[in-house]
Amino acid sequence: MPSNKAGKKVRADAASALEGLTRDGMTVMSGGFGLCGIPENLIVALRDSGARNLTVISNNAGVDGFGLGVLLETRQIRKMVSSYVGENKEFERQYLAKELELEFNPQGTLAERIRAGGAGIYGFYTRTGAGTIVAEGKEQREVNGELFVLETGLTADLAIVKAWKGDTEGNLVYRKTARNFNPMMATAGRVTVAEVEELVEPGVLDPDQIHTPGIFVQRIFRGKDYQKRIEQRTVRKRGVV
Amino acid sequence: MPWTRDDLAKRAARELRDGYYVNLGIGIPTLVANYIPPGMDVVLQSENGMLGMGPFPYEGDEDPDLINAGKQTITELATSSFFSSSDSFGMIRGGHINLSVLGALEVAENGDLANWMVPGKMVKGMGGAMDLVAGVRRVVVVMEHNSKDGAAKFKPRCELPLTGANCVDMLITDLAVFERPDRKSKFKLIELAPGVTAEQVRTRTSAIFES
Repeated sequence: MPSNKAGKKVRADAASALEGLTRDGMTVMSGGFGLCGIPENLIVALRDSGARNLTVISNNAGVDGFGLGVLLETRQIRKMVSSYVGENKEFERQYLAKELELEFNPQGTLAERIRAGGAGIYGFYTRTGAGTIVAEGKEQREVNGELFVLETGLTADLAIVKAWKGDTEGNLVYRKTARNFNPMMATAGRVTVAEVEELVEPGVLDPDQIHTPGIFVQRIFRGKDYQKRIEQRTVRKRGVV
Repeated sequence: MPWTRDDLAKRAARELRDGYYVNLGIGIPTLVANYIPPGMDVVLQSENGMLGMGPFPYEGDEDPDLINAGKQTITELATSSFFSSSDSFGMIRGGHINLSVLGALEVAENGDLANWMVPGKMVKGMGGAMDLVAGVRRVVVVMEHNSKDGAAKFKPRCELPLTGANCVDMLITDLAVFERPDRKSKFKLIELAPGVTAEQVRTRTSAIFES
């Protein structure tokens, strides 16, 4: 693991940011909700690294040919931990052919497992999933007449996240709903690499407005050629209230 | 005449109260937003990390960084706030959301809900549904009364894997509305769609309910 050296975090691009961090069989957290707030550059760089048999923790699995779909196409993912994977035909094909392992977590449980992992918490009891197949094989405990399930914290060898702005110290600011899973994942990677649309000098970002403090980020770079695809383009006509 | 999709949304909207924080599921529940009574303050939560969801953007104003949980482009309001997924589900699990409207595959007479998985079919995942039914104070389900082959969907027990146990407070179907005052009580038939009789509802329902 690279040391967390303040002032020495900036890399030129995605490939150099991942240098020395990837290996077969590793666990990777990848931020985003649908295609919103995904680390587009780092996903492609992870593909180009050639690392295989990956376990990928991500709320969704991208779409065919974009986002995590890129890593599915090249068969680099062995297992996905997600809450919803409905938008990807190649995913479905590999899953039904038993080439891909899948672990579903309720979305809030997934978010909290990552938060717990990053915060050094072994596990927590939640009402979510109690009495359902999600609780199978897990400890359940009745408290005051209500049933709770023990869920454990999650960490990863590598977390790849996307922010709007970041500074050279690794402080991050997200934009609108592109925040989603990125802040928790930044805390739960043994190494966290962030790509940002704007990379600025220290002092430019208001310290009161920082979402992810730089201690959680080991490497940072300015991403390029963002596609920011929209999955469901819904609009209203002008002049209609 | 059975209620249409919009009628179901309209009926569900009557469960809104001034000042409520509300989460709407995908499908018919999303339409509930079109029937918020004028003058009523209702804040819509989107579980991907937003409170105060605005309407769809005008053509050309779409922002890929601003979507709802159905991945649709939306807008923000003066009252909006953004937050992480863990804060979002803290709100949901922590009981801070007043009402959730969700779709269903099956509802049981004991309030069990199944809406995420059909064994043998490709399962897309539960998304945030299990967290919503586990944490939101009042859960309203809207669904077709029967499946396409006519089978009852309001049943003695769910046969499909559960989303949550004993979590439904109100069921609105195209034929009728069922409600219970608390989660220890039985469901009661409280309304019928125009021209639908209680007897017709009974023959098309396998769940036991009061009337």
